[in-house]
Amino acid sequence: MNELLLGLADDELIIGWRDSEWTGIAPMLEEDVAFSSIAQNEIGHARAVYQLLSDDADALAFDRPPADYRCAPLVELRLLDWAHAIARRWLYEAADEIRITALMEELPLAAKINREEAYHRMHAEMWHERLRDEPRFRAAVEELWPYTLGVLLPEQREELAARVGLDEVSAVERGMHTDELEPLLEEMTMVRRSAPVGAQW
Amino acid sequence: MVTAEHVWAAFEDIPDPEIPVVSLVDLGVIRSVDVSDGRVHVEFTPTFLGCPALEVMKRALEDKVAELGAEAEVEVVNDDSWSTDKITAAGREKLRVAGFAPPGPRLVQLRSQVHRCPYCGSTQTKLENLFGPTPCRSLRYCTSCRQPFEQFKTI
Repeated sequence: MNELLLGLADDELIIGWRDSEWTGIAPMLEEDVAFSSIAQNEIGHARAVYQLLSDDADALAFDRPPADYRCAPLVELRLLDWAHAIARRWLYEAADEIRITALMEELPLAAKINREEAYHRMHAEMWHERLRDEPRFRAAVEELWPYTLGVLLPEQREELAARVGLDEVSAVERGMHTDELEPLLEEMTMVRRSAPVGAQW
Repeated sequence: MVTAEHVWAAFEDIPDPEIPVVSLVDLGVIRSVDVSDGRVHVEFTPTFLGCPALEVMKRALEDKVAELGAEAEVEVVNDDSWSTDKITAAGREKLRVAGFAPPGPRLVQLRSQVHRCPYCGSTQTKLENLFGPTPCRSLRYCTSCRQPFEQFKTI
């Protein structure tokens, strides 16, 4: 259970970081606001789950070596193209809904997270409606699909495939990392590592 | 001797840091207040988990209890007990008057998708952006009185 929750928290932290990279440079001002808000929510979810797992949530979030992170490779990818960024949001939210709702019975926090995620799903669906027939978007979805399967446990993948209308393929599994994770962590933990001992926030 | 009633009354004066027209009591984020042996135990639920005002609110609750001459223990409860249905009727009216369309009751709002302009009352409004200046708000536009307005999200 803890391993599952750590994977969830790491996914939310890292995708929150990636989403926040659109702050200031999204193609539309509205999306600047949307991605920033979504990032803030995802990182808030990560914080709440880390707090369940540890008395020092910051240490758990920031002080591990890259190999100890349990995030799925999907969230690590640095996607500089809008079609890819939206494809990942759409695919990730579909997978995340299956995972979160499965946890809701035993974990009240999951139900709270799910309330907020409803708005991420609406955002993702609006974009999916708009781009679904565009070749750029379709190609991005195809490319990210094996990574998306890796977000879920094997027994949850059939449901995901049915939901997004794609065939199950071999997944890029959680547990291995892309080359993108290390530079991401390097950047994400920079402030924490450079803060003087005893600094208060 | 401080009583729970004193504490509740004092909390009515603590404004929400991001929408100061409503108090933390109006928002419904204070779940319980228990007083025993001069210690005040407060259970508090955040609206949104990523709310950056969380620490500010926690400190405001502690300071307010200190003003009453007691010591507070504020417990942040991250369960699913808060929804926008917990915002009080008075809180909704304060929001509306300040130009924030209050969230509708969950059961109705999430099905009907009718959003009323806080200025003119028209339901002829359209979504401009699901996300706004804080996670709890969307941006809408009223096609009747031509005003943009902020909608408190129903969650």
